[in-house]
This record gives sequence, structure tokens and C-alpha cells, in this order.
Amino acid sequence: MIMSLAVILGFQLVGEVASRALDLPLPGPVIGLCLLVASCLARPALAHRLRPVTMGLLQHLSLFFVPAGVGVVAHMALIRDQGIALALAIAGSTVLAIGVGALVFVAVAKLTGSTDASALKDAGDD
Amino acid sequence: MTDPSLIWSYLAQGPLLWLTATLVAYLAGDACFRAAGRQSWANPVMIAVILLASLLWLTRTDYATYFEGAQFVHFMLGPATVALALPLYDNLPRVRRAFLPMMAALTAGSVTAVASALAIGRALGLDVAVLASLAPKSTTAPVAIGIAERIGGQPTLTASLVLLTGILGAIVATPLLNALRIRDWRARGFAVGVAAHGIGTARAFQVSETAGAFSGIGMGMNAVLTAIIAPLALRLFG
Repeated sequence: MIMSLAVILGFQLVGEVASRALDLPLPGPVIGLCLLVASCLARPALAHRLRPVTMGLLQHLSLFFVPAGVGVVAHMALIRDQGIALALAIAGSTVLAIGVGALVFVAVAKLTGSTDASALKDAGDD
Repeated sequence: MTDPSLIWSYLAQGPLLWLTATLVAYLAGDACFRAAGRQSWANPVMIAVILLASLLWLTRTDYATYFEGAQFVHFMLGPATVALALPLYDNLPRVRRAFLPMMAALTAGSVTAVASALAIGRALGLDVAVLASLAPKSTTAPVAIGIAERIGGQPTLTASLVLLTGILGAIVATPLLNALRIRDWRARGFAVGVAAHGIGTARAFQVSETAGAFSGIGMGMNAVLTAIIAPLALRLFG
């Protein structure tokens, strides 16, 4: 487990350094993610070794957003001032973006023949 | 017995109390989420945030003090982002096949997120500094803050708007996509990642690993695209 964590932190570290050194628009962890995918392709054994720890981290991905989420409260006064306009802008644009994104994905998948029967949600569950 | 105020002043100084409180609040949020049958409206982040905010308010603790303890949890966001590499690697054959739909959905979703937020915000009379903070709200927090700073927004406000967008997206995604009759996990996950970054991705992983993997990709790709779109859209709508 310690080895897996060290590998994951190592990729993040390389990502952070690359992001700053090369002035890239991507944050360090996202660069680390890309490098780790490339490394797993080169050495599939690496993916096998890291899997237990990465699955553990991703199962509780929500937890890691809690401290930043509490920060919303620290800025509540700022948000309250323009509350209704901000709420409508966030709600409206998020609903539109999810809907438009998913509809365009499905339409283009149909057009280009890249549908994937194995990735379909069963009609029964929600 | 020691004076309770002495014990409190000891606890208020170190990270132990707020680190513990963060984990317990999350466990409570997760328990509510499970008790509600994993329905999206019982979002564990939202429940934990409400519990902790109430606790901070009751104990008159400021956010900086809280964050000294909670920063250890916050730090794990980085490694967790790197860990998204594994589901992406596992789904790589699927991702290759879905390249064109992904590029189209990314462009459509990203432009819609930025442009509609600015259009609604401007119509309702938000000023330019707030609009600039609002424009990058669908991207992951560190990127959104960088973009907002570059186009004249307020970083702290942006961070809050990003969080609110993520929680809202995680809550509306399942009923919305069901209403639109979208059954493709790739489309469902990807659209949520583009519109609602990491919190949307966390929600996607709760329902399907394929959706989670595509959501992670959508989040990463939109971080790049919004950096390009946001300044242009602000010039148009600002």
C-alpha cells in the first residue's frame, strides 16, 4: 500500500513540476493522471499493483471535496448578495450543459457508428 | 476535573478535532446517502458540508481554523485525481472508439456551460467581476481559479461557485438523463464530467465504473477547453 501511494504521489509530483516548469494550462494532478495512463500502457503490471489503492481512493472521492465545500459557507455573504441570479445561472447552465453534452454524444455516436452495446444502462435500474 | 474551556482551547489549536469532524461528517453523509437508497439528492458532500457548517457556526470557529485540520483530507484530492488513471486505462479501448462523440460532446457541453451561465447571469444583472468568476465554474477548482484570475474574477468566489455547480450537477444528473432517455453510460458520465467536474465524477462512480471513467476524461478535457472559451465568451457577454 505504501509503495502504491508513493508511486501515485510521485506521478502527482512530476505533474506539478511539469505544469509549472512548462507553464501548461493543465493542473499537476491531471498531468500526473495522463503520465500514469501512459506508464500503465507500457507496463500493465503497474496497473495491477496500483489497483487496490486507486480503487480505495476513488470509492471515497466525495470525501475529498468536503473541506473545500465548507469554504462555500465562508463566502456565504458574498453569495447571498447576488444569490438568486447566481443560483439561476448555475442551475440553468448546469442542466443545459449536461443535457446538451449527453444528447450530442449519443447523436454523434450514432452518426459515426461508434455505439457500444456493452456500455448501455439496463432499462430496469436507475 | 479540568476546566472544559481549557480542553476546548487545546482542541481548537490542533488539527485533530476538525480532521476527525470532517471524517465523521462524511460518514454521516454517506450513511444518509445509503439510507436514501443511493438517490442523488442525498449527496454525501452536501450533507457533510451542511453538518460541518452548522458545527462551525455553533462553535464560532472560522474557516481558516477548520481548514488547518481539514487540509489533510483536502490534500488527497491530488492523489485521487491521479488515481483516475486506472479506470481510464481499463476503459481505453472504449475511449478510443468514442473519440469523435467525445470531442463533439466536449465542445457542445463546454460552450453551453460557459455561454448559458454568462447569458443568464447578465440578463439578471450580475456585474462583470462576478460574471468573470462564474464563467469557469464547470471546470475543476484549481483550473477554474487560474482562469478566473486571468479574466478579472475573484478566486474565492470562483471556488465556491465551482463547488455549488458540482453538487448541483451531481444531484440533477440522474433524473435529468433518465428524463432525456439517455442509456449510454459513456454519454451520461462524459456529460456530467464536462459540466460538473470532480463532484460529478464522484457521483458517476457511485452508479457505474464506465460512467466514472468517462466522467474523469470529460473533466480533464474541459479543464483545457474552458481556459480557451471563457475569455472569449466573457468578451461576448460581459
